[in-house]
Amino acid sequence: MSVTDIASLSEARPKGDSLWMDGLKRLARNRMAVLGVVIIIFFILVAVFADQLAPKSYEAQVLADNNAAPQWVIDMFPVMTSKADGGYVTVSNDYILGADDLGRDILSRIIYGTRISLAVAFVGPILALIIGLVMGLIAGYFGGIVDNIIMRVVDIFYAFPTLLIIILMMAYFRGSFNESSSQGTFGYALYMADRSMGGMLFIFIGIALTSWVGLARLTRGEALSARQREYVIAARSIGSKERGIMFRHVLPNILGPLIVAETLTIPTYIRYEAFLSFIGLGVNRPTPSWGSMISDGSRAIASYPHQAIFPAIALFLIMFAFNFLGDGLRDALDPRMRGVE
Amino acid sequence: MGAFIVRRMLQMLLVLFVISLFTFVVMRAVPGGPFSSEKSLPPRTLAQLEAKYNLDEPLVMQYIHYIGDIAIPHITENRLENSVLNDYLINIYIPVVDRTFRWMNFGPSYKSVSQTVNSIIKDTLPVSATLGIGALLVALVIGVPAGIIAALNRNSRWDYIAMGVSIVGVSIPVIVLGPVLRYVFGVQLKWLPPTGWGGIEHIIMPAFALGFAESARLARLTRASLLQVLNEDYIRTARAKGLAERVVVGLHALKNAMLPVVTTIGPLFAFLITGSFVAELVFGIPGLGKFFVTSITNRDYPVIMGTTLLLGFLVIVANLIVDVVYVWLDPRIKYD
Repeated sequence: MSVTDIASLSEARPKGDSLWMDGLKRLARNRMAVLGVVIIIFFILVAVFADQLAPKSYEAQVLADNNAAPQWVIDMFPVMTSKADGGYVTVSNDYILGADDLGRDILSRIIYGTRISLAVAFVGPILALIIGLVMGLIAGYFGGIVDNIIMRVVDIFYAFPTLLIIILMMAYFRGSFNESSSQGTFGYALYMADRSMGGMLFIFIGIALTSWVGLARLTRGEALSARQREYVIAARSIGSKERGIMFRHVLPNILGPLIVAETLTIPTYIRYEAFLSFIGLGVNRPTPSWGSMISDGSRAIASYPHQAIFPAIALFLIMFAFNFLGDGLRDALDPRMRGVE
Repeated sequence: MGAFIVRRMLQMLLVLFVISLFTFVVMRAVPGGPFSSEKSLPPRTLAQLEAKYNLDEPLVMQYIHYIGDIAIPHITENRLENSVLNDYLINIYIPVVDRTFRWMNFGPSYKSVSQTVNSIIKDTLPVSATLGIGALLVALVIGVPAGIIAALNRNSRWDYIAMGVSIVGVSIPVIVLGPVLRYVFGVQLKWLPPTGWGGIEHIIMPAFALGFAESARLARLTRASLLQVLNEDYIRTARAKGLAERVVVGLHALKNAMLPVVTTIGPLFAFLITGSFVAELVFGIPGLGKFFVTSITNRDYPVIMGTTLLLGFLVIVANLIVDVVYVWLDPRIKYD
């Protein structure tokens, strides 16, 4: 075979997409995943333009309008009867979704609450990815005693009931770093940073400290199997440095399954934040979080069901969207799933 | 196998020790104490209370005392002074020396007068466990058949419906499903009591709220596993020799397809007991979870420690059982 023959052979090869483009195309063909992306983009826009979209302030209390509801909400929930019909509900069409027990506009609070849930949805996985990846890569690639130590830590974290550890840490953060911290100390700086984020900083720290574990375990497994592959041996044979091999060759090859796994856990982070706010350890009041809105609304569910149901629908929609996206990503990116369907 | 179990048990003790140490440190780092309240107690009363519960000792000594009370068995008189300080979990009468062997004292509750951690757990764990079992049943009864139907009618309407419902299910956390169920069935239709605990009618809604999401996960797992098994050679053999489809699926395929499902039940149960926290708070059920959350705000140290250790123990045991069951179900797996 002459040189020109080989050249023409390589031209005849069908033009392949890169692994990522290929995955993206598969994702675009998955209708449910696209729906998920659309919903997520919608929520992102709501969060970004909350100031313009919200009809009222999320914290201004109009006590005369407490528990008020517009006519269509009263029609929707048969238990609610307006004062005009001999019931107890103040009718006010000023509030599109009604007002809560302090007379705050529920729609505006849901709109601002989007920021909290989305922030957790994006920051949680990024923190988990960074910590988990580094720990897992180190353990899997170097093996030996380092691996042993890291994996024992992971084992211990695994046995810890995650919910308990987060509740405990939140109690510690909220109790230790507050108004009473003396100015100029580290604790006071933490408190100020957390307050400026409406209480989000401690939620992020709590999530980061617990969520890297699963990812570290997964990364380690992937790195262990990658270490045996020909391309690593080839890279080593031409004299690449270990760190270079780890980050330049192993990491891109194992990133796909890790991103899939992390996307699938996004709903878990959203749920943690909602639950923490539900029990009063989440965001600081009056910052609206869907979790705390559901918690407040649940107490009055027999008389004012709209106060809990509307934020619950929002929370459901965003979790639903991320689940669809995660599922689609798994089908599109995880090579082991290829050819199954 | 025996050596494997023994080694895992020892590991478990180590993990529990680390959990207790971690919880102790974090818990004591939170400012405030069990007896600090709005109206502060007179200093002498406070000092006496702290002395009673050893809270005036250095922290290290307090920890050692706490672990000692749990781990070190005591041989005592048969009748003990009736006090919250000496409530042991295990009391065995030894006839020969006419004494009683006592073990595992998790200490008194600082806030609930005349309650000990042991008595609180005896009261609340059955509640959480009942809820957990109920949720597990819901998950199994809905999830497994849905997964089987979806797999057998792959890419049909039934498959899409089952998988569509299951992705909705995974997306509904208890704090969403709970209030919705309470409104629809408790307030509007008045079929079930919206809150409380007592009869079977109180279990249905929280168990469903808790178990539905897990049933969705089980359905997807069952479907994937059964599809994989249906592709195997021995299924083709069974079909080739003319067995009825019912026998092929029911006898040959399901048996192997259930392997991953059976093994998730252990951790699922542990997860549901911890997860029942959320359902307990949403539905106002007096279980372990409610006690745990209030004990943190109350700085009720022994209750915090006891609950964390108990749940950690449950999670570890569940995982150990899974590992053992794996070997038993699948002879190809070996531990050394």
